[in-house]
Amino acid sequence: MIEIKDIYKTFGDNEVLKGITATFKPGKNNLIIGGSGSGKTTLLKCIVGLHDPTKGDVIFDGENFTDMDFEQRVPIRTKIGMLFQNSALFDSMTVEENIMFPLNLFTNQTKAEKLDRANFCLERVNLTGKNKLFPSELSGGMKKRVGIARAISMQPKYLFVDEPNSGLDPKTSILIDELINELTEEYEITTVIVTHDMNSVMGIGDHIIFLHQGKKWWEGSNKEIAHTDNQELNDFVFASKFMQAAKAKL
Amino acid sequence: MFQSLGKYILLLRLSFRKPEKFSVYWSEVMREMVSVGIGSLGIIAIISVFIGAVATIQTAFQLVSDFIPKTIVGGITRDSTILEFSPTISALVLAGRVGSSMASQIGTMRVTEQIDALEIMGVNAPGYLISPKIIAGVSMIPLLVIVSVILGLTGGYIACAASNDVSTADYITGLTDGFNPLIVTVCAVKSIFFGFIITSICSYQGFYTDGGSLEVGQSATRGVVWSCIMILFVDLIISRLLL
Repeated sequence: MIEIKDIYKTFGDNEVLKGITATFKPGKNNLIIGGSGSGKTTLLKCIVGLHDPTKGDVIFDGENFTDMDFEQRVPIRTKIGMLFQNSALFDSMTVEENIMFPLNLFTNQTKAEKLDRANFCLERVNLTGKNKLFPSELSGGMKKRVGIARAISMQPKYLFVDEPNSGLDPKTSILIDELINELTEEYEITTVIVTHDMNSVMGIGDHIIFLHQGKKWWEGSNKEIAHTDNQELNDFVFASKFMQAAKAKL
Repeated sequence: MFQSLGKYILLLRLSFRKPEKFSVYWSEVMREMVSVGIGSLGIIAIISVFIGAVATIQTAFQLVSDFIPKTIVGGITRDSTILEFSPTISALVLAGRVGSSMASQIGTMRVTEQIDALEIMGVNAPGYLISPKIIAGVSMIPLLVIVSVILGLTGGYIACAASNDVSTADYITGLTDGFNPLIVTVCAVKSIFFGFIITSICSYQGFYTDGGSLEVGQSATRGVVWSCIMILFVDLIISRLLL
């Protein structure tokens, strides 16, 4: 479980996050949604430690991550997997080397064991046999799947996903969402997803936090979102004619 | 200016923190050594031969007098090649070749979130990315300078053989006459410092890149410019202190 308590983040005079408190439970897809500039990615970066919050605490299973120094954070970080918006695969390494990279650094497994794990992760994301390809030889969807394979290589307890559907066609987006959902349920991972893709919201949003102007504006599930009377959330979720039509049918 | 210096020193301190796993870092050091050493051998060979040849021809041209022995051309070429041409010009060329590549490589990793990915995994990103480059620079650039000295002096010999300004025998005699081993020490000290300057400054510029592809290019340019300025400054300091 991840708890965030009263998180503030300021860049110069710009207060991006204004006191956000939330709890993310294991085995659930926790979605952070909101318009551009609402502070979604900043919040995600504060949770994973890429930004230090100006005020507030991030707690991983009772351990206060915010108070820790780099060395103290390492044991928690090895339990974190993250899929970046642009996958962030290491260009100089093959698919297999990308997946084995954290295993090389943080485990004492033999090369055969690491290869087995890499092959298992690739099989899990339906990329069997792509071991020797370089990131430049992969499509956007394949890069995302390799990113997921790398994120799960260390059997993470916490999975963070930044805009998993950006730049993907609708069919591939759904495949990626389903894959994240399967992994979350199968391995009881605490998954936090930053997105503004409404298919993801309606499809896998077990727990949704809507950010607006740096504050938590609404919290609920995908089943509740269609029936909320929150004006800002309605304006955001049902901005497109397609979503308005979908809402009318509900 | 002072803020940048502080950030640079802090980054260097982070770069030399205890590695997560020595074997992984060691393979990175080997990879960087090949990239810096073998990768730069061609350009260093070409410029060294030409600089040695030109230095010999120009020295011979300026010392046209019956009162000056022809052997002095070899001596002047030797001293100027070992003391200045090989370490300094090689370092300036390497700042362009190796430094810009390092700055743009690390800068690209920054803007494509690869450095964030390293940090989230629990990897000390400065240590993993920068320390192998500095170790490779400090060890391989002196070796490249040694190669440059040998090829520079060979270039001078070829120039003597190709022209009739100075005989090859006079040139060889000049090379060996009045040799002071201190110049080799100065050359070695300079090349070690230059190796450190090129790799650390360019890595620093790349590491703190912020933005997109345009900023990556700007970081690489800044890395090369600052490296060149610092090379010339340190060249002056070392020459003043050791000679």
